[in-house]
Amino acid sequence: MITLEHVHRVFQVGDQEVHALNDLMLHIDRGEYLSIMGPSGSGKSTLLNILGILDRSTSGRYLLDGTDVTALSDDQQALTRREKIGFVFQFFHLVPRLTAEQNIELPLVLAGVPPSERKARTGRMLQAVGLKGRAHHRPEELSGGQRQRVAIARATIMEPAVLLADEPTGNLDRTSGKEVIEILEDLNRKGIILIVVTHDPEIGGLARRRIRLVDGCITSDVSGHTEP
Amino acid sequence: MRPIDVLRFSLMALQGNRVRTMLMLLAMSIGVASVVLLTSVGEGARLFVVNEFSSLGTNLVIILPGRSETAGFGPSSFMGETPRDLTIRDVMAVARHSAVRRTAPISVGEAHASWQRRVREVPVLGTTSELLSIRRWTMAQGQFLPAGDPELASPVCVIGSKVRDELFGPHPAIGEMMSVGDRRCRVIGILGSEGRSIGLDPEELVILPVAFAQMLFNTNSLFRVLVEATSREAIPRVETHILSTIRERHQGEEDVTVMTQDAVLATFDRIFRALTLTVTGIAGISLGVAGILTMNVMLITVSQRTAEIGLLKALGARRSQILMLFLTEAVVLSSAGALLGLVIGITGSQIIGRIYTALPVGTPWWAIAMALGVAIFTGLTFSVLPARRAAHLDPVQALSHK
Repeated sequence: MITLEHVHRVFQVGDQEVHALNDLMLHIDRGEYLSIMGPSGSGKSTLLNILGILDRSTSGRYLLDGTDVTALSDDQQALTRREKIGFVFQFFHLVPRLTAEQNIELPLVLAGVPPSERKARTGRMLQAVGLKGRAHHRPEELSGGQRQRVAIARATIMEPAVLLADEPTGNLDRTSGKEVIEILEDLNRKGIILIVVTHDPEIGGLARRRIRLVDGCITSDVSGHTEP
Repeated sequence: MRPIDVLRFSLMALQGNRVRTMLMLLAMSIGVASVVLLTSVGEGARLFVVNEFSSLGTNLVIILPGRSETAGFGPSSFMGETPRDLTIRDVMAVARHSAVRRTAPISVGEAHASWQRRVREVPVLGTTSELLSIRRWTMAQGQFLPAGDPELASPVCVIGSKVRDELFGPHPAIGEMMSVGDRRCRVIGILGSEGRSIGLDPEELVILPVAFAQMLFNTNSLFRVLVEATSREAIPRVETHILSTIRERHQGEEDVTVMTQDAVLATFDRIFRALTLTVTGIAGISLGVAGILTMNVMLITVSQRTAEIGLLKALGARRSQILMLFLTEAVVLSSAGALLGLVIGITGSQIIGRIYTALPVGTPWWAIAMALGVAIFTGLTFSVLPARRAAHLDPVQALSHK
């Protein structure tokens, strides 16, 4: 499903080249649940951005669902992001002036889906994340956990193949964090690839496959349940 | 993305930042309002002059005694007058042409008009019956001068309504004998009050048959001759006819000046149009300023909403979509501002029209179209740069923007 081959990402910092990702090889299958961990500066976020096609690798290939994403044009990449990838951010990234419902339907609006269908689909999503009664609340009227659930609903309304979560619980208390993780895991059980980037070993340890990045290289790739 | 959704998204974004929206609406509306207001007043001034001239009559050719061009230093430049008068007979000769519909010789002067013991100094105008139609005057009472031989000095007069009020007061004036200078004449008509035009107010006039007036003023010469051509196209023919007739009758001298109403009118029309355009152009500067303000405000908006733009990109918005969202926002804003300005401008010009009733203030359609067009165009052009900046933001950096 996802294959990274010899991926490099080099940043120019002053007159120095920084290798954020160094000859990375990674294969992820359909329905996998993996966490990416590592110290700050290890390249976690860069890897996530490349997986989410927000960033282009300096060299190497990225195959998503059999197509070489690196060869696509800007517009085709945008289209791929819209159809195949969902993002969940640490700071939720909800549009403050829009209600929960309007935030969730944003990808459908961008895709030009007619209003009646949008209404039905956002309704189902609100139900799924347990925010049926909060449809017309603005983000400022919602708790952190509720905001993140709105964000998850928005990330998955296009029924993407991959869900990328960047520190999804980083800004939440334990209880809300747990709820959010449960929702994400539930989505994974339904077949979505769930990739969680975190530096919280407790959250990272929940994943079936755990990848550790140090200085842009994978230092460990462990599958199966082990107690952290 | 459906156009209606683009519009809805823009409207919500505008609602989200009321102060900014109000500020831009204000800037745009001031620009448009000043353009509309100044063109309305300018057009009003132009129409005022045009109306004044056309109330003198249409297809008019005016004959003035004497040549208009300076003929150098000679005896005539001391006298300032031509040795040959422009006479009633000249007019009768000029009238004999198929392209001439009407002629009216005019002789003017001042005289004491009196009735019983009331005396008043009035402007006196000697002419013939055809002046009534040429100048489009109407009669309030009685009749105008009788048609017939213009050389006949019938002792009758037509007076303006103001003269009637001042001399006769509440007494009926028609049929009364009044004195004009050292002559007596019978009042046969009173002029209506409309038909005011530059220089002469018919309300204050006493009108006599031209021969009678010449007798009164002791002269053979005419002050002006008004000649009405049958149509606009006939005017050049009438001009040449007048000049050749006068030359024949004045021993080969073309000692008259012929002016056409149209030429004078066209000149004024051009001057006023140029003035209006100048004033409009000055007002247009404020539209330009509004455009630059639009650009600044849009740039601030883009940097304020950087994180949102990053999000839209993450959600799969194409560059063109983001460009479109921001352009729509600017266009919605500038059109709303333009409409507001239009309302203010038209209301303002209506108010000015009420205050200065003589000025026919009207907003020409081209000014409305131009103001709206320019407003929307500047709104659009000046927001292209900010919108492009938004569209080309790097999503990773935009997302991490606080």
